[in-house]
Amino acid sequence: MSTQVPQQTDETDAETEPDAAEEPSKGDLRREKKAERAAEREREAEAAENAAAGGNTRELKVFRFDPEIEGKQEPRFDEFHVPFEKGMTVLDALIYARDTYDSSLTFRHSCRQAVCGSDAMFVNGQQRLACKTQLSELSEPVRVEPLPHADVRKDLVVDMEHFYDQMDAVEPFFDADELPEDELAEQRQSRQNREKVKMSTRCIWCGACMSSCNIAAGDNQYLGPAALNKAYRFAMDDREGEARKQERLEIIEQEHGVWRCQTQFSCTEVCPKDIPLTEHIQELKREAVKNNLKFW
Amino acid sequence: MSQSHNRGLIEDFGRWREFRAGMWAWIFHKFTGWVLVGYLFTHIAVLSTAIPASGQETAVLQAGDDVYTQTIVTLEELLLVRILEVGLLAVAVFHILNGTRLLFIDLGVGLESQDKSFYASLILTGLITVASVPTFLAGAF
Repeated sequence: MSTQVPQQTDETDAETEPDAAEEPSKGDLRREKKAERAAEREREAEAAENAAAGGNTRELKVFRFDPEIEGKQEPRFDEFHVPFEKGMTVLDALIYARDTYDSSLTFRHSCRQAVCGSDAMFVNGQQRLACKTQLSELSEPVRVEPLPHADVRKDLVVDMEHFYDQMDAVEPFFDADELPEDELAEQRQSRQNREKVKMSTRCIWCGACMSSCNIAAGDNQYLGPAALNKAYRFAMDDREGEARKQERLEIIEQEHGVWRCQTQFSCTEVCPKDIPLTEHIQELKREAVKNNLKFW
Repeated sequence: MSQSHNRGLIEDFGRWREFRAGMWAWIFHKFTGWVLVGYLFTHIAVLSTAIPASGQETAVLQAGDDVYTQTIVTLEELLLVRILEVGLLAVAVFHILNGTRLLFIDLGVGLESQDKSFYASLILTGLITVASVPTFLAGAF
């Protein structure tokens, strides 16, 4: 069954102006333009339908679930046939399906260019950013599911609260021991140091790594790859100073911190920003060992 | 507030087709590790027969009629045991090779080629296992 709300009838039918002037009034002009636009929309829809008939479509199987609507409480997969265009991403296809077939299809998206990190999904068995995944690279039917190991709120939307909690737990903000005399003075970083943390600064908080991690799935207290990467970014920053680094190391070397990583490389494989997460976690492990074993 | 749909953990291994190299390496490493632990106990049980055997007469020992020798001979006569021995070698070799791989990963060496080193350890395990077959199965048939 469809949960779509029946479309409202066009406003133009409802209102008619009482006095018919000889010259076309502004309202008439407006209505004319509106009719033109409507016709254009119709043509577009027709073109899409023709394309669909022509066979150049892609089949999407999309996970549907909504606890608040009776017919959707039992999760199911809906099929959508979307006319394919060159350069079409999974997100484009989802937007088309939502705008054309079912306005109740729910998913997060914002910038559509892999910057905001809203649309991490489980596409054809892997965590990917929908806006960064080309349809042409996927085998059909394209299965789109919400991120695994997270609670599904509705359709493709998952609860990110736990992920954000873990991110906050590592205190993800720059906090130097000593501030410069002049409040407005720059706190400069060496080129080498910048290069060291460069990749770790690219995290967009999409949660793909956390979802792919087998350990994070079984251990809710585990900080997870994204948070540990964040910790790496600040622990390795030379400008913060020894005392702050000690505090940071204490957070990451706790029981459910860095030691839970089993080097499965799942997070590194799925990261849409190509951050070498496992490498960073391993480096933090070595850092923690060096910090606790001192022979001098 | 709406309740949420929890898909649970049970689906995880159902996704084995989607697992990548690193994940398989982890699963195989755990599996071979537990097999080796299991073998350790059987190994101890078999070798423990040497304790009562040591108390037996010298003549019996020289004739090879003691408990220990008899246990070993009986076991080695079984084709199943011979095949299991080949399997044990495969398991041990993989655990060693992948363990070395993990050591390098812990040292932060060659993390970009972690998948290749996994495949290499698999292939090497296969080769060594195949090469060991004549030795293990000699005289079994």
